[in-house]
Amino acid sequence: MEGVGVQGYLAVGAVLFVCGVICMATKRNGIGVLMGVELVLNGANVNFVAFSKFGPLGLDGQIASLFVIVLAAAEAAVALAIALNFYNNHLTIDVDRANELQG
Amino acid sequence: MEMFLFTVFAAAACGGAIAVVLSQNVVRMAFYLVISLGSTAGLFFMLSADFVGATQLLIYVGGTVVLLIFGVMLTASGPFLTIKSSPGSMVLAIAVGACFLMMVVGTVLQVDWDGNAARLEGQYGASSLDRPGYNQHGEGHTTRSIGTALLGARFDKDLGKNREQPSTGYLLPFEIVSVHLLVVLIGAAYLARAKRRVHVPSEF
Repeated sequence: MEGVGVQGYLAVGAVLFVCGVICMATKRNGIGVLMGVELVLNGANVNFVAFSKFGPLGLDGQIASLFVIVLAAAEAAVALAIALNFYNNHLTIDVDRANELQG
Repeated sequence: MEMFLFTVFAAAACGGAIAVVLSQNVVRMAFYLVISLGSTAGLFFMLSADFVGATQLLIYVGGTVVLLIFGVMLTASGPFLTIKSSPGSMVLAIAVGACFLMMVVGTVLQVDWDGNAARLEGQYGASSLDRPGYNQHGEGHTTRSIGTALLGARFDKDLGKNREQPSTGYLLPFEIVSVHLLVVLIGAAYLARAKRRVHVPSEF
C-alpha cells in the first residue's frame, strides 16, 4: 500500500510517549503529572491501533486501545480526587511538598 | 492526500505534546493536551478505526480533559497557576528524553515491518480486516464487530471459516472493566468529598 507505513505511526507514538514521560518527571503541578500520564497512555494507543491496521491483529488492537481509554478515564478520576483531597488538606498542589502524605 | 493528512495530524499531535511539556501555565497545558488528543483521534480515523477515534473524542477530549480542567480550576488559585520547574531539571529531562526518543525511533526504523507483516500473513493468514465479505477494510465499519467482540463473539474472525474453536472474545475483560469503573466512581466520590482542613500551613 502506497502511503504512510507503520513506521510513521510508531514514530508519533514514540514522541507522545517520551513527551509524557518528561512531563511526568518535570512538572511540579500535580495536574501536570496527570496530563503526562494521559500522553503516555495515548502514545500506547497509537501503537495499538497502528498494529491493528498493519499487522495480523485485526480488531484486537482496537479493542485493547478501547480498554486503555476507559482505564485512563478511571485513573484520571481517582487521581484527580486524590489531588483535590491533597489540595484541601495542604492548600497546595505542588507534588514536591507531598512528602508527608499520611492519613 | 493520505500523506498530507498524516503530516498535519502527526505534527499537531507531536507539537501539542511538546507544548504540554514546555508550557509552564497549567491552563495552557490543558489546551495543548486537547490539541494533541484531538489530532490523535484524527490519526485513528486515518487508521480506519472509526469507533476508537470517536471514543477518543468523546471520552478523552470530552470527558477526561474536562475533568482535568475542572481540577485545574479547583486548584489553580493564585501562585499555583504557574509552578515553575527548575531549569536544571528541565534541561536534564530534555536531554534524557531526547536520547530515549532517538533510541526508540532508531529501533522502530531499523525493524523491517513490511517483511515481518508478510511473514506473519503467510503464517497466520491475512488480517481479518482485509478479508472480503463481512467487514471490508477501508469501509471503516468497525463498530458492530467491536460490539460483538466485547460480548464474546468474533464475527470478524470466525465468519466463513471452519474452525475447531471460536476465536477469543473479550467478555471477561469487559465485565472486569465494568466493575472496575463502578468501584472507581465510588472511590473517587469518597476521596473527593469535602472534609475539614486538618492542617493549614502557616507560610501562606
